Amino acid sequence: MSEALELGSGTRKISELIVRVPLASCTLAAGASKVLESIEKALGKLGLEARVKKTGCMGLCYLDPWIELESRGLPPTIYANVKPEQAEGIIRRYVEGDLSGALAVRSEASGFKGVPTLNSLPEWRLQVRYVSRNCGFIDPESIEDYLRTGGYSGLKKALKLGREEVIEIVRKSGLRGRGGAGFPTWYKWRVAYEQRSDVKYVICNGDEGDPGAFMNRLLAESDPHRVLEGLIIAGYAIGASRGYIFVRAEKPLMADRLEVAVRQARDYGFLGEKILGTDFSFDVEVYRSAGAFVCGEETALIAAIEGRSRPRQRPPYPATSGLWGKPTVINNVETLAHVATIFQTGLDEFTKYGTERSKGTKMFCVTGSVRKTGVYEVPIGTKIRTLVYELAGGPPDGRSVKAVQVGGPSGGCIPADLLDLELDYETLQSYGAIMGSGGLVVIDNTNCMVDVAKYFITFTLAESCGKCLPCRVGVKVLGDILEKVASGTATLEDLELLRELGESIMRSSLCALGGTAPNPVLSTLRYFKNEYEEHVVMRRCPAKVCSRLVTYEIDPARCRGCGQCAKNCPVSAISGQPGKAFKIDTSRCTKCGQCLIICPFGAVVKG
Amino acid sequence: MYYEQSRTYLRTPQSGAVLDPRRYLSVVDRVICKYGADRSKLINMLQEIQREFQHLPRQALEMLSVKLGISLSEIINVATFYHQFRLEPVGVYVIQVCFGTTCYLKGSSEIYESMRKVLGLRERENTARDGTITIEKARCFGCCSLAPVIMVTSSDGSERYVHGRLNVSEGKRVVLDYRSKALMKLKGLKNE
Ligand SMILES: Cc1cc2nc3c(=O)[nH]c(=O)nc-3n(C[C@H](O)[C@H](O)[C@H](O)COP(=O)(O)O)c2cc1C
Ligand code: FES
Repeated sequence: MSEALELGSGTRKISELIVRVPLASCTLAAGASKVLESIEKALGKLGLEARVKKTGCMGLCYLDPWIELESRGLPPTIYANVKPEQAEGIIRRYVEGDLSGALAVRSEASGFKGVPTLNSLPEWRLQVRYVSRNCGFIDPESIEDYLRTGGYSGLKKALKLGREEVIEIVRKSGLRGRGGAGFPTWYKWRVAYEQRSDVKYVICNGDEGDPGAFMNRLLAESDPHRVLEGLIIAGYAIGASRGYIFVRAEKPLMADRLEVAVRQARDYGFLGEKILGTDFSFDVEVYRSAGAFVCGEETALIAAIEGRSRPRQRPPYPATSGLWGKPTVINNVETLAHVATIFQTGLDEFTKYGTERSKGTKMFCVTGSVRKTGVYEVPIGTKIRTLVYELAGGPPDGRSVKAVQVGGPSGGCIPADLLDLELDYETLQSYGAIMGSGGLVVIDNTNCMVDVAKYFITFTLAESCGKCLPCRVGVKVLGDILEKVASGTATLEDLELLRELGESIMRSSLCALGGTAPNPVLSTLRYFKNEYEEHVVMRRCPAKVCSRLVTYEIDPARCRGCGQCAKNCPVSAISGQPGKAFKIDTSRCTKCGQCLIICPFGAVVKG
Repeated sequence: MYYEQSRTYLRTPQSGAVLDPRRYLSVVDRVICKYGADRSKLINMLQEIQREFQHLPRQALEMLSVKLGISLSEIINVATFYHQFRLEPVGVYVIQVCFGTTCYLKGSSEIYESMRKVLGLRERENTARDGTITIEKARCFGCCSLAPVIMVTSSDGSERYVHGRLNVSEGKRVVLDYRSKALMKLKGLKNE
């Protein structure tokens, strides 16, 4: 019997049992709240006293929902993909010292009773948990938890320094913006600091509109005080009196947690009048955006807070004339979390990672065709291959990686043979992608590159604000040409036009939305020209995605003769007798794909 | 393309039930009381009006435009620019199918189409004719690791569910589940 068990003298009570349950958007979607309920029930039933700690998410999303048990005499133990009905058994066995079914133990030393340590898993070992150190470990709604991990010590240090010294430290760190362009953080701060103005603002950009990227959400939901601390330091550095945290409506939990953090920070005197006895006064408001992709762009973001819409021409840059015409610094969520951590842990801890030109670590989301989807924090300069294969476990059986899409709708596709490229701002740019917010979507052999390009163009077109012509009309025309390619009616000249038009849209758009919109098209054209040409010349979609270019057949082995397909076929191309396999008349078929969607047995196949 | 949407909206008559004008007026008044007749708070005001009616009724926007002294088209401009705002009434449950990159690549468009099919939606129709379910495309919810993902919200905002790791047949089942739930709710309303 373990030491912890004896504490409860007879009634098998363990007073030192801690159960961690992650409550973040992702784990909740995977059913964490039901698991929490069942844990509470199980504890009651087993007569165990325990502290149930609601934490954020540690980023290993493929384990969702996971739980962690900790008790004296036993290593903290993580269980993955927990179903509500399993909770009781897991807890009962754990307190008896039986760790079967566990994923890993969180201990420095060796494994325990055959359960490996978390560190022996490559997806954990290869990470450098710098800004994400607390994610999944502390209670995001408890400022005490944050303080215990050294929280707000960065702010205290910064407030003892002069404003210029703070900016100098950020310059020395070499920190570059994590929101997209990799702009040196200190430089913006310096410009805003030098402006003579009675009022200045700092804004935390938590819009995170890139589909496929959710590191900001995860960070702010799991360790909101870190972001807030960074924002207060930024406010102090430039001499601002007010800060905003900009969060979109689709991410309500992120906004809620940040609001709780702001309230707690006020109570502790980290916000408000004369912070920590200095003459620096500063307050923060969480702004819930009504949501539009372009709002992530600085001038559109400012317009939204002012109650308007649409971006404007730059210069003037926000650092000289931003919100309400006042000097404004805008930084990304992760950038600010880095600022706080740099001030907490010192420069060396930060600068020892990364490359010559880009210091530190970055959180990357790896999703799509990989086994272990998740958010991984690695040093800048890590190879794409390492992230995709070693951390995320590569594609599932039978699939092969075709490309990795980096940087969202403004980014591009890196083909499989270039996966040894290092993830840093300059390298990616020279290969036609961008770092963006750090979303990597792994594309496999079942995906069509023309379709991927079409998808992104449809996305940007829907998000184009319509203010400038190149973006409003140019992107539409790009979409029309891609539609022609996908339906097999394009010519080789169209491919040339695609490239030329894309390049001129990039040169002439008002804001960076249009300025980067053609990237997904240009990069797929560059690396997957063959696939485009196959669509044009052979009128064939090798991945069998473009519905106009595939043929539809009914697999007689799977067809049960229900006749649904025939009933729904708009051109009556399907015939057959009830109970027997139906048939598609390919000469009449318009390839609309309705039968594929309607068939309850998956008997319609693409050929 | 939102600018086309705003043009059609201004040209076509309002759909959906029209309430007593005093209802709209009281909400608009309350909102203006809260934020002041301040143009810069327009987005917050629209958010509040939508919370009340689950969409932005034409009548309420017209009243707002008079009270704020700005044109209706300016309000529509803002309302159509941001995704959160709806100009059409919705069903008891709103099912949003994620069309973010990861979900799209994992087949969310087939799930979307099959859900529409189950409800018998015609082109340009997003809400089932029995008023139970609205189906929308959405952008990334930030749960891409569970792709494909749908989010279901009750139109009164009291319930929110996220379903991940879906496929076409499960998608169809989910729609039918929510439809029967919605029908029960509607029946309950009638009986009251
Ligand atoms: C269309 C568009 C969308 C953007 N979306 C975001 C976003 O969601 N989050 C973000 O931090 N930056 C986004 N940016 C970049 C911001 O304009 C800005 O560069 C960034 O917030 C600056 O912060 P940083 O220097 O800390 O990276 C976007 C830019 C463009 C052009
Ligand atoms: S792409 Fe669907 S949740 Fe992100």
